[in-house]
Amino acid sequence: MSFWEFANPRKFMAWTAPVLPWVSALAALALSVGLVWGFFFTPNDFRQGATVKIIYLHVPAAMMAINAWVMMLVASLIWLVRRHHVSALAARAAAPVGLVFTAMALLTGAIWGQPTWGTWWVWDPRLTSFFILFLFYLGYVALWQAIEDPDTAADLTSVLCLVGSVFAVLSRYAALFWNQGLHQGASLSLDKEENVADVFYIPLLFAIAGFVLVFVALVLVRTRTEIRARRLHALAMRERMANA
Amino acid sequence: MPDLGPHVVPVLAAYCISLVLLFGLVGASVLRARRVKRALDRAEGRSEDG
Amino acid sequence: MIALLMRDLTLAVRAGGGFGLAVAFFLIVTSLVAFGVGPRLDLLARIAGGVLLVGALLATLLSLDRIFATDREDGSLDLLATSPIPLEAVVLAKAGAHWLTTGLPLTLAAPAFGILLNLPPAGYFWVSLALLVGTPALSLIGAFGAALTVGLRRGGLLLSLLVLPLYVPTLLFAAEVVRRGIEQQPTAVPLLLLAGITTGALALLPFAASAALRVNLR
Repeated sequence: MSFWEFANPRKFMAWTAPVLPWVSALAALALSVGLVWGFFFTPNDFRQGATVKIIYLHVPAAMMAINAWVMMLVASLIWLVRRHHVSALAARAAAPVGLVFTAMALLTGAIWGQPTWGTWWVWDPRLTSFFILFLFYLGYVALWQAIEDPDTAADLTSVLCLVGSVFAVLSRYAALFWNQGLHQGASLSLDKEENVADVFYIPLLFAIAGFVLVFVALVLVRTRTEIRARRLHALAMRERMANA
Repeated sequence: MPDLGPHVVPVLAAYCISLVLLFGLVGASVLRARRVKRALDRAEGRSEDG
Repeated sequence: MIALLMRDLTLAVRAGGGFGLAVAFFLIVTSLVAFGVGPRLDLLARIAGGVLLVGALLATLLSLDRIFATDREDGSLDLLATSPIPLEAVVLAKAGAHWLTTGLPLTLAAPAFGILLNLPPAGYFWVSLALLVGTPALSLIGAFGAALTVGLRRGGLLLSLLVLPLYVPTLLFAAEVVRRGIEQQPTAVPLLLLAGITTGALALLPFAASAALRVNLR
């Protein structure tokens, strides 16, 4: 049974139906463990006080913001090369999730930064890069909505995702360069490695796992919706032509 | 409530906003899924009778 | 391909909206910043370089949707797609025409408008150089965006939403060139990186744009 069997929409629907409740339950569990443990049962940081607790939201959200885009990139490539509709629809499904995670990363980053830097927003390389990523997500979602024909939309958004990925990587380096020159250390950035001592680490792992599973669950739900919506659209077209 | 020290507002705000976003996204996704499924069932029921 | 370039240029000049409009918009945006920020010369001097770059970037945006749209409407885009010259060359020619009627005039006008913003003396050279190297990238990226949205009736706003984030690396490096130039620091690195973006865009985006065009012409 090859992985490509999932490319068939019917098989995809059949296979994901029983899996979805388990993934959702696991997601809720991991996320709850991570966040409750992190919020209630970890000490405050020597330098940052209680704001270090925001790490359990900010770091997983930021990781998923990037991972969601990578998943969209892979899905777009699969669509362009192998024309599997499920892949294109999965990319479409993932985008709003990535968008929300990016917003979460930006907002929690800004809120975390306020006590630390004294201001709500700084154009440090990391926040700047995430801001740009947010704009890329917006454009991608907007393009899907603007085009009527589903296959045309899938093709164009895939090309946008490809080109966007190149520019997203470019932007990361450009932002780094623009703020601090290419080889200086990131003095203002919230460096994950610096801050994460052991006592914080395990709840963070749970939180990250929770976010990953939430992403998977949401993409499954939304892809199933997209598949059904596509079928609905096809039925409506057929009816229109039969009545015409 | 753990001792949040002087940082009560930022920490609580961060958690509240994140949970609102998360639940909002999940809620919207599930609601839309149900709506589309209902519409599809109706349409498929129609095309079976018709 | 040269013929295509000349044709687009003549069309732009004849339609009148060509270089005049972009430069006029650039002038207006420049003055708007001065109006918004206030007449203090020391403040304007500090932001002048960046404002000129942003103004030129926004002015480039104006004529993007016309790169392919008019040809698509009268069917000549289909003809171009099926002609013996590769579609990638068509994209290059059109991006080239766009640059000659937008990017280049803006680059030439920038020093004059720099006066309005009290641009520091060192800035004149660096702003012009940054624009000269960077605006071709803007035309190419813009052509890609135009190719994506050519099928849409009111794609102008969406075009801006798609293209502006793609413009960011170019702007960031150009801004670094200008900032370092004004502060008498070495500018070689950002300048090379800026040139790298333009060269990369030249190499890759014609393919991406023609792929998008082919999809839209189906």
